[in-house]
Amino acid sequence: MSTGTPLLELEGVSKRFGPVQALDRVDFAVHAGEVVGLVGDNGAGKSTMVKTIAGIHAADEGTIRFDGQQVSISKPQDATGLGIATVYQDLALCDNLDVVANLFLGREEVSPGIGTASRQLDEARMEHQTGELLSNLAVTIPSLRSEVGTLSGGQRQQVAVARSLLGEPKVVLLDEPTAALGVAQTAQVLNLIRRLRERELGVVVISHNLVDVFEVADRIFVLRLGKAAGEFAAESTTEEHVVAAITGVGRKAEEEGK
Amino acid sequence: MSEGVRTRDTVRRLVQGDLASLRVLIGLALIWAIFQFENDRFLSAQNLTNLMLQIAATGLISIGVVYVLLLGEIDLSVGAVSGLAAAVMAVLNVKHGWNPYLAIAAAVAVGMAIGVLQGSLFSRFVVPSFVVTLAGLLAWQGALLQVLGSTGSINLTDPKITGLANTFYSDAVGWIIAAVVVAGYGGVLLLGHRRRVAAGLESQSMAGIAVRFVLVAVVTIVATTIFNSDRGMPLAVLILLAFVVGMEFVVKRTGFGRHVFAVGGNAEAARRAGIRVNGIRIAVFGIAGTMAAIGGIMAASRLLAVNQNSGGNELLLLAIAGPVIAGTSLFGGRGSVWTALMGALVIGSISNGMDLLALSSAVKFMVTGGVLLLAVLVDAIARQQRQGSGRV
Repeated sequence: MSTGTPLLELEGVSKRFGPVQALDRVDFAVHAGEVVGLVGDNGAGKSTMVKTIAGIHAADEGTIRFDGQQVSISKPQDATGLGIATVYQDLALCDNLDVVANLFLGREEVSPGIGTASRQLDEARMEHQTGELLSNLAVTIPSLRSEVGTLSGGQRQQVAVARSLLGEPKVVLLDEPTAALGVAQTAQVLNLIRRLRERELGVVVISHNLVDVFEVADRIFVLRLGKAAGEFAAESTTEEHVVAAITGVGRKAEEEGK
Repeated sequence: MSEGVRTRDTVRRLVQGDLASLRVLIGLALIWAIFQFENDRFLSAQNLTNLMLQIAATGLISIGVVYVLLLGEIDLSVGAVSGLAAAVMAVLNVKHGWNPYLAIAAAVAVGMAIGVLQGSLFSRFVVPSFVVTLAGLLAWQGALLQVLGSTGSINLTDPKITGLANTFYSDAVGWIIAAVVVAGYGGVLLLGHRRRVAAGLESQSMAGIAVRFVLVAVVTIVATTIFNSDRGMPLAVLILLAFVVGMEFVVKRTGFGRHVFAVGGNAEAARRAGIRVNGIRIAVFGIAGTMAAIGGIMAASRLLAVNQNSGGNELLLLAIAGPVIAGTSLFGGRGSVWTALMGALVIGSISNGMDLLALSSAVKFMVTGGVLLLAVLVDAIARQQRQGSGRV
């Protein structure tokens, strides 16, 4: 397990929606070059936690530190500005556009010129950069000019992850990256996550699939009913322990894990 | 991409309708062959020149419609706006003695303002564009009657205005223009090739570039020959082509155009990518209003008058049907400005050919309706096939 100052650290973060305490004084940290699996049952607060980090919901209480500095994240731009990228489950890709266009959507490279309407997109430069990025990540896609709608689920997921890297983030949050993927495609996406770790990024992976989490995560963080319910080193724990923490059966398992 | 993958890709695109332009060319060739067979004056230089003049106004209006369709929206007011803008120009020029260019500029400004207003209402209040522009259709028709006043019809006499649709260039000038067009296209092709090679990317083979260049050169030379053996190259056609090329450039090569496609494909994804979705929508409806006004001015110039019927009748439906027939999707996110020209050509050819055969309006409407229905069905089938193969 990584030591030193965490890249991102949550301390006593709470979030309440009306009568529902979605997050209850949660402490959480992710270090550079570390993959943390965030697991928990439906309604355990996983999504709320990710959305709090991503700036969709502001936290009610608690402190968030980034690179050791206390920060306030109240809107998505705050999070992206700090270097936190989020890939949501729906991917938010434009199926009618090609891979290059999707990667650079909203931050297109343009050639110099006068006025927005005459400034030509620098397609050659964008395609070149896309090719480099994807080959660095060992993502294989039939053609950079194929429409994203023609790609497989795994390829689409990889395009979405690659897009999040264009902003050169330090922390990447992945929401259910392997949901609804076949075996081979899941393997591709997990490999991509490993390469994010090699790039010294802090990676948080939300998943329902414990097999995938064990496959890729260094540390597993369990949420239950909005509270931290256990933290395990993936190497030294078993699936039963994690399941016990998720379901709340046998509080002893949690202590063993710690 | 290997040669095999590329071939398979081409076949798939043909089947699934991405190569709609080829389909349209085949359809157009078929239509021309049938009418030529029925009446050998159809492909005469005079009739083809007339055809191009007939479609200029509709084609210009359709350019704006393409932008709206790319968003997956519709603008039912373009016909009424074109009539109103023409009336504004006519009243300012004829009744108030305004300089013709100022009158034209004012008319275009009116069209743009109407488009921006409708786009703002649509995006701000999340009312379906269908309803906002339907209200506009009625309101701007009323405004047209109001502007024209009691006379109900204004004849245009200013040579600057009537010249738009009635100017023909001499043979020599026509050839010079053709040469500039061909040379310009060749330059653009080479420049694009060099940029891709410079960036270390795979580019089209020189043979492919040569084929495209030769195709455009041949079409330009044939068209110029045809125009020159009649009255000469018409200014109206040059205006239409300039707008098609310019607006295609904006939609395919600029960041703004890319964002139009993105909003039409997945508005939520565009929003999350930081694109100002409502800004794009307002701009697109502004473009539709502007192009409607320009088309209306062209129509008035050709008719030499503005009357209570300007922008009425089937103009609206043809302006929307054209791009759809030529392959711009009604579902948003797919299409090109060239479909405005190609669609106008298809519809114009059918209408012109049936006029030559002296068919009644009844038949004309039914045939045009049938063609539109066919085109929409093809679009829907192509979409279903894309979905069937996992593409949305």
